[in-house]
Amino acid sequence: MKSKWIAAPYLVWMGIFIIVPLLIVVYFAFTTADGGFTFNNIAQVGQYSEAIFKSILLGIVATAVCLLLGYPLGYIIARSTVRRQRTMVLLTMLPMWMNFLLRTYAWMTILENNGLINRFLNAIGLGSLPLINNSGAVVLGMVYNFLPFMIMPIYSVMAKIDRRVIEAAEDLGANRLQVFKKVLLPLSFPGIATGITMVFVPAVSTFVISRMLGGGDMLIGDIIEMQFVGSTYNPYVGSALSLVLMVLVFICMAVMRQFGSDEESEAMMP
Amino acid sequence: MKVLSRIYTALIFIFLYAPILILIVFSFNDTKSRNVWSGFTLEWYQKLFQDSQIMDALKNTLIVAVVSALAATLIGTMAAVGIQALGKRARGIVMTFTNIPMVNPEIVTGVSLMLLFVLGFTLIGKTGVQMGLGLPTLILAHITFNIPYVILSVLPKLRQMNQHTYEAALDLGCHPLPAFFKVVLPEIMPGVMTGLLMAFTLSIDDFVISYFCSGPTSQTLPVLIYSMTRRQVNPKINALSALLFVTVLALLLIVNIRQLKDQDKAAKRQKKRA
Repeated sequence: MKSKWIAAPYLVWMGIFIIVPLLIVVYFAFTTADGGFTFNNIAQVGQYSEAIFKSILLGIVATAVCLLLGYPLGYIIARSTVRRQRTMVLLTMLPMWMNFLLRTYAWMTILENNGLINRFLNAIGLGSLPLINNSGAVVLGMVYNFLPFMIMPIYSVMAKIDRRVIEAAEDLGANRLQVFKKVLLPLSFPGIATGITMVFVPAVSTFVISRMLGGGDMLIGDIIEMQFVGSTYNPYVGSALSLVLMVLVFICMAVMRQFGSDEESEAMMP
Repeated sequence: MKVLSRIYTALIFIFLYAPILILIVFSFNDTKSRNVWSGFTLEWYQKLFQDSQIMDALKNTLIVAVVSALAATLIGTMAAVGIQALGKRARGIVMTFTNIPMVNPEIVTGVSLMLLFVLGFTLIGKTGVQMGLGLPTLILAHITFNIPYVILSVLPKLRQMNQHTYEAALDLGCHPLPAFFKVVLPEIMPGVMTGLLMAFTLSIDDFVISYFCSGPTSQTLPVLIYSMTRRQVNPKINALSALLFVTVLALLLIVNIRQLKDQDKAAKRQKKRA
């Protein structure tokens, strides 16, 4: 088919709405309010280093928890019958179709100081616990929202693993741990890598979960949002922060690409 | 082992569904409390439909979703056909850029589009026309993040189809445009429909990008929900969640049952042939 030209409207669109906006962010990151070149905005990012490190830390913890919880489930789903696989995949995806704000809001009602858990603890005479407005609650919110992103790619690589490879390992005398370490884990690595990216990227850049569950906890997303929407409108520092966030995500993806393949991210598509 | 994995699966699904169930249960609660049960009522559902702010937001959400999904499907399908015809190198470059909105943090996409719009308005403002963020900017932003998903669902269908059927149509004297509609389009239609549906749902669900690209008069439902959760307790949110959840559940069930039936039919047909 000689129809390259038919992509032209998209190429124009891509130029205006994908490439130009990113160039604007880069431009603003190195510009003063009156248009001069500066490194000052990037330097100012330093004063938010605490929030940046905290975002990375919470993002890593949430990703690790998702991996620990999601890996066994991905395995279990992949080993079920075809009909059950369908149902379980559907059940895993269904919560994602509910807006994540509402899902996070649900956790507010559960964790609050007079929320369901604390009411229960009070009722059995254990007193209440500070469950909300701390980093733990933020991690919980991240895990809850992004767990399906970990389960799905892991499930889809696991489903493709040839059962006979595992049987062969068993026949050759490998025990359960050896089968896991030498066969299952290496073969499922592309799925793990995709899962890690798909959880870490939204987790590290969130600003809603931290706002709703973290109390005064500031993450890099919150600070970026404040530069653009809040009273301290400063698109220059905001752009510098966005640039830092992009670089961060890019590094994560570059590392994970070493292990993963693009196929598993396509597994998320119906 | 089997029992253990059953228990594990059950625990994870309880973790995933308990919060949603709690939200739904408390949408029927008689008082404003979001965690003390005091009796059954449908009051919040009634109030939900009387709330003009929520109804306006719903209207905006649907307008943006329908318009942006249709536009993205049109542009994206055309793009996929064009990209398929490109050489390997050029295709690689275009796909790299196409991936940007999917892998970039949403907040960065939102912020960068907002900067583009604001700059654009300043330029237009110099000619004396005043403009601001609103439905048009929302629709532009949504089309932008929807197109890649359409392209990615159409491209595999193009790759699967027999490239020569189109040429055969041309050889038989068909003009390129009718040939496309009669030969290529039916083949890639499932991919196009998947893309359309995905674009529609992504658009309805989007909060982060809409948050930065919507004006005060063009709030979408997620943006309104966000501002509602920032204010005080409001069981209308619960009622809204319940309705959204049931709608999505129904849609998914219908789609899945249809798929199952199609598969059964295909299986039967194959049996007959054998």
